[in-house]
Amino acid sequence: MNYFPDEVMEHVFDFVTSNRDRNAISLVCKLWYRIERLSRQRVFIGNCYAISPERLIARFPGVKSITLKGKPHFADFNLVPHDWGGHVYPWIEVLARSRVNLEELRLKRMVVTDEGLELISRSFVNFKSLVLVTCEGFTTDGLAAIAANCRSLKELDLQENEVEDHRGQWLNCFPESCTSLVSLNFACLKGDINLATLERLVARSPNLKSLRLSRAVPLETLQKILVRAPQLVDLGVGSFVHDPDSETYSKLLTTIEKCKSMRSLCGFLEVAAYCLPAIYPICSSLTSLNLSYAPGIPGSELTKLIRHCRKLQCLWILDCIGDKGLGVVASSCKELQELRVFPSDPYGVGNASVTEEGLVAISRGCPKLTSLLYFCQQMTNAALKIVAQNCRNFIQFRLCILDPTKPDSSTNEPLDEGFGAIVQSCKGIRRLSLSGLLTDQVFYYIGMYAEQLEMLSIAFAADSDKGMLYVLNGCKKIRKLEIMECPFGNIALLSDVGKYETMRSLWMSSCEVTLGGCKTLAKKMPRLNVEIFSENNEMENCIDDEQKVQKLYLYRTLVGPRKDAPDYVWTL
Amino acid sequence: MERSKSSGYGECDQANLKATELRLGLPGTQEELPLKLESPSFNNKKRALADDEESASKGNLGVLQDGRRSTSGVPRPSKVPIVGWPPVRSYRKNIYLSPPATKKADIAEGGARAGYVKVSMDGAPYLRKVDLKTYKSYPELLESLENMFNIPIGDYSDKGSDYSPTYEDKDGDWMLVGDVPWNMFTSTCKRLRIMRGGSRS
Repeated sequence: MNYFPDEVMEHVFDFVTSNRDRNAISLVCKLWYRIERLSRQRVFIGNCYAISPERLIARFPGVKSITLKGKPHFADFNLVPHDWGGHVYPWIEVLARSRVNLEELRLKRMVVTDEGLELISRSFVNFKSLVLVTCEGFTTDGLAAIAANCRSLKELDLQENEVEDHRGQWLNCFPESCTSLVSLNFACLKGDINLATLERLVARSPNLKSLRLSRAVPLETLQKILVRAPQLVDLGVGSFVHDPDSETYSKLLTTIEKCKSMRSLCGFLEVAAYCLPAIYPICSSLTSLNLSYAPGIPGSELTKLIRHCRKLQCLWILDCIGDKGLGVVASSCKELQELRVFPSDPYGVGNASVTEEGLVAISRGCPKLTSLLYFCQQMTNAALKIVAQNCRNFIQFRLCILDPTKPDSSTNEPLDEGFGAIVQSCKGIRRLSLSGLLTDQVFYYIGMYAEQLEMLSIAFAADSDKGMLYVLNGCKKIRKLEIMECPFGNIALLSDVGKYETMRSLWMSSCEVTLGGCKTLAKKMPRLNVEIFSENNEMENCIDDEQKVQKLYLYRTLVGPRKDAPDYVWTL
Repeated sequence: MERSKSSGYGECDQANLKATELRLGLPGTQEELPLKLESPSFNNKKRALADDEESASKGNLGVLQDGRRSTSGVPRPSKVPIVGWPPVRSYRKNIYLSPPATKKADIAEGGARAGYVKVSMDGAPYLRKVDLKTYKSYPELLESLENMFNIPIGDYSDKGSDYSPTYEDKDGDWMLVGDVPWNMFTSTCKRLRIMRGGSRS
């Protein structure tokens, strides 16, 4: 291979697109490392504090697309205080200064500011794609800058962000000359939208394939938009409420029938169940359906709809569909690969819910299932064993019993055997979330069988340090371990400190690790950032090594302690 | 201690929130006087509901520690919210708390889609529309109108402002905004008019 000129090698590498494969290529020899790094265009950085933008650019000067993740996953569930970090501005500043030809920026759980968005819009001439997932810190003013200045913008995708809506006219800022949009998602915005501007924008975007509207867009406007854009493949409906006897509604019916390319439907941020039949005509070609943002649709309406969706591969739904409704899913959606059932009452008090019965039905009817997120009222070992037998291809298996320490509802035993069956049967499992009454035994099984496991989320489980030790010793590929409310202490934490350098991060909150234990760890492993924090600034006043640490977040890094940690975060 | 008042999400949620009312004490005991605990020191204004969860559960976690992860099987009271559980994003939780879908009756009655009402202002060349359902209170609505027309409206009882917000109700009468409870207002308001000049009585 060394006899081929560099350009040939580069051409070959062009066919290798996955980041992991390219990382592997770069490890073969110095020559391959050099060729690979100069031709690399897409870089994925799972923890923005693991590396600095300067080092990124030094290694990959030709980078065009960057994915960055900031806060730890449990920040999604209010376990991380508001100003913890994850700022993207320093990255944008360095990228701009270094004249990187940035075309795509994808951020998750980061703090994005209007200044940052403005800087992006002014610095990168070929900027095409901005994807923000669960980010915060910006307003519609920042979006206005992106709209106004990014001449070749193709994608503006805002997913579940906290955006301060100034009710301004950011949509108006797309110039008349902007006709390049392929994907526009502003569903998470709460303010009013200039509907006429939106219609005109859609009208001059012939390449538009994906459009996700906010709640402020009424059904009348949706109808007009669909007339202009029958080529849409992915649609997020804003408001879907109208008098079904009106002319607008019947116009909508005809318009929808013409949307032959529609494959994915989501949103319905505001919906009246009696309007749903309007979408029946496109259901038979849908491969993806997300009704999880639409509370209040009775289970019976949901099942009526789903009966039409025979090609569904991905379904996100609320638990008001009930076990019977899941039975309908099982008999109608034979191609189903991904299922997420969310709680319609997140505090677990209500009556609408699903149980192990629904999951068993799904496993019987949908053998192609690979990804599951299931919030339920109860579970049994027997059910999990049946699921394990029927579906051997799980890659993601996340089970959340609303009462987190609930045992098997028929035998009152822990759910160790059930989860054990899952990991034993699904050899390719990469992501696992556990709940219910669990002892050390389930971790024994995980350590023993879950060879491909990369991410594990645990809460209220285990009896002793042994649980964590089984996982650390057994799961060779584990990258992210997040634990809350488990009796794991210093013995588990310190048993194999070198392991943490093979992982992206470890999160432990409300466990038994002490300040002394964390200090020891930090001392032994200088290439880890060991951050501890609590809400009340207790740690600063604390000199007692026996004190239990409320929250511990450690991660490997090449650039040492971060400089933007707030006061309450103590990097040991 | 009524959490619903501080979160301001409306009467329809009071039933749910009462069920999750927090008390100090071992699970299963009755406590007469639930105490409100201080919120954590960090600033978390955006997520009022999360603050309530966290502040309340801090006290309770201490209690639950005794009964937690016990093989002796002390049950966790399922009604007590725990920080970080269930693992549902705030974004999603906030959606579930928003007002339910409009009923058919409202639509038939209102003609146009209930929620959106026309807003006219004396002297302005064209009308605007606002969706009353996106607001939870009078101050929010008035602030939005102020921004929309770029004029100070001030509090509806403020005599200093030149502009008075009025609305036409179901009976066709023109009323001053602010006299009736918010929910009654949104269900009876057909259109808004911002009147200019001090003629208010």
